[in-house]
Amino acid sequence: MIIAAIDSYLEVAPLAWRDAVVQWCPEPTQWLVHHLITIVAILAVFGTLFAFTPLAERKLLGRLQNRLGPNRSGLPWWQNGPKLWGLTQPFADAVKALTKEDIVPAAADKLLHFLAPVLIVAFSLLTFAVLPFGRHLVPVGLDAALLYFFAAGSATELAIFMAGWASRNKYSLLAAMRALAQVISYELPLILSVVPIVLIAGTLSLQDIVLAQGFWTFGFLPHWFVFTPWGFAGFLLFLVSALAESNRSPFDLPEAESELIAGHLTEYSGFKYALFFMAEYFGLTALSGLGVTLFLGGWQAPCAFLQFIPSWLWFMGKVIGMLLLFIWIRGTLLRLRIDQLTRLAWQFMVPLTLINLGNAAFWSLTAGWTGPLQLVRWGVSLAIIVIPFVLLGRRLSAGRHPRTYRYAAS
Amino acid sequence: MLGSGIINGLIVTAKNFVGSYHDPKRMVTVQYPEERAKLPENYRNFPFLITENATDPMGTLRCVACQICEKECPPQCIYIEKSKDKKPDATGKPQLYPAVFAIDTSVCMSCQICVEVCPFDAIKMDQVFEVAATDRFTGLLLDREQLAKPNSYFHEIHPTDAAEVDTRLATERQAAEEKAKAAAAAKAAAAAKAAAPKAAVKPAAEGGPTA
Repeated sequence: MIIAAIDSYLEVAPLAWRDAVVQWCPEPTQWLVHHLITIVAILAVFGTLFAFTPLAERKLLGRLQNRLGPNRSGLPWWQNGPKLWGLTQPFADAVKALTKEDIVPAAADKLLHFLAPVLIVAFSLLTFAVLPFGRHLVPVGLDAALLYFFAAGSATELAIFMAGWASRNKYSLLAAMRALAQVISYELPLILSVVPIVLIAGTLSLQDIVLAQGFWTFGFLPHWFVFTPWGFAGFLLFLVSALAESNRSPFDLPEAESELIAGHLTEYSGFKYALFFMAEYFGLTALSGLGVTLFLGGWQAPCAFLQFIPSWLWFMGKVIGMLLLFIWIRGTLLRLRIDQLTRLAWQFMVPLTLINLGNAAFWSLTAGWTGPLQLVRWGVSLAIIVIPFVLLGRRLSAGRHPRTYRYAAS
Repeated sequence: MLGSGIINGLIVTAKNFVGSYHDPKRMVTVQYPEERAKLPENYRNFPFLITENATDPMGTLRCVACQICEKECPPQCIYIEKSKDKKPDATGKPQLYPAVFAIDTSVCMSCQICVEVCPFDAIKMDQVFEVAATDRFTGLLLDREQLAKPNSYFHEIHPTDAAEVDTRLATERQAAEEKAKAAAAAKAAAAAKAAAPKAAVKPAAEGGPTA
């Protein structure tokens, strides 16, 4: 009883605190304060997450490569004090970014050059508005939240091209064109990998999609979409597309430093550079949040008896797990070439996502099958996606394996 | 199957991640200012001058200011001024010494040619890599006081090389002593024959490398 009471209080605590503040404000400003608090809360939570994600990334990358990672930054004015495992690094980085000289190239389009980092952060923040962070925590409960998410998310590419164009630098422009080619190639599999969810859940509202996954078989087998054949395939396709959408390794071609210096960031320094960096991580976090919402049950607990933990904690935990997975992938895989990248998208990802859509259609048509027919349903669904995967994979890697090095001394 | 390579790669990095916490042998880096990796013996960067005796470095420089290294140095980073007087060297023989010996390490290209051409084993390559300076004219232009380091230091950084040089020098010194003895004996014999000026020229001409 007590646990249940605490649970329900923790569940609504953020809302209760917000409402308490709103009540205290004069009537005409209440709607404004209501929304401002929501915005500030999102900025504070995900800003803090952003501050520590690069640190976690650097430390993890170090460990993944048998290094220690940053562990030096301690407290200011206390040289020999505790090192705190380098946890104060983000603050040092922030001070550094703020105090650095902001150089704008003489030939640059001053207005666009200034606008690009501002817009990219704004667009990447917009996507957070529709994510269901908890059972009761949905900043904006749109019916077409999924559409909104992709609309706002792909607008960041406009800002990337803006940055590349305004810099008046060939490397920036080339990188921006690459980014556009990449995002157009991967926007399609990203959205197509999500369509099966809409088909099964029958809604575009993210909160309703999460609610559709809120059941357990025997109390501990969650009905998350990732635990179905089409859902698992969709999740993997979504992961790959999300990596490409957020310009992360192994798809970080727009900033391939050996070819394009720093890509569209070449002419940015100081805090504007930090804004791009921030937008990149916001975009990654938002896509992680979307992946969690669509495939990993959103804020739902994995087991029925774990429901006493507040739903927003589950959501944040899953998002952090996804971020760690992305960092793990970054520490493992090598960067693709641009032709390999587009090839993968058009010859492999798009056909597979389309097949997966058919797979989801089969799954929804056979929803009534029970008993032994359930096994048939699983088998057919698995076959629908695994056989094309193997065949397409063979065709994609035909003649490319084992790799021969023509110009290297054997 | 497509993707198996990715899984294998992920397993490798996961093993690295776990292993880096409990297996210090895996670590490829050290925490530099506090811990230092042992430099390979053949590592070299800038030259230094060898002195026989650490307590009197300027008095016991092996260098005799022959200026061969100065002439051979490809980027011309060595500057030597010969002394006006002669000082006895380790074997007690009077030799010139460098009144000024300067190496501009901002010009030096670490080619080791000075070491190759030195007939006295007086200049060797150092392993000091922390050479940052705030002023390149005073900080990177090393004079002979800064360049002089004892032979024991040479043993520390290049043990094999130093042992080889020491045995060679010892045998040469011994040979020179024997030759001097023989010359003295011959001189005595010659003196006995009362033909003194003929034998006196010979040992002075051949004593070079042992100095």
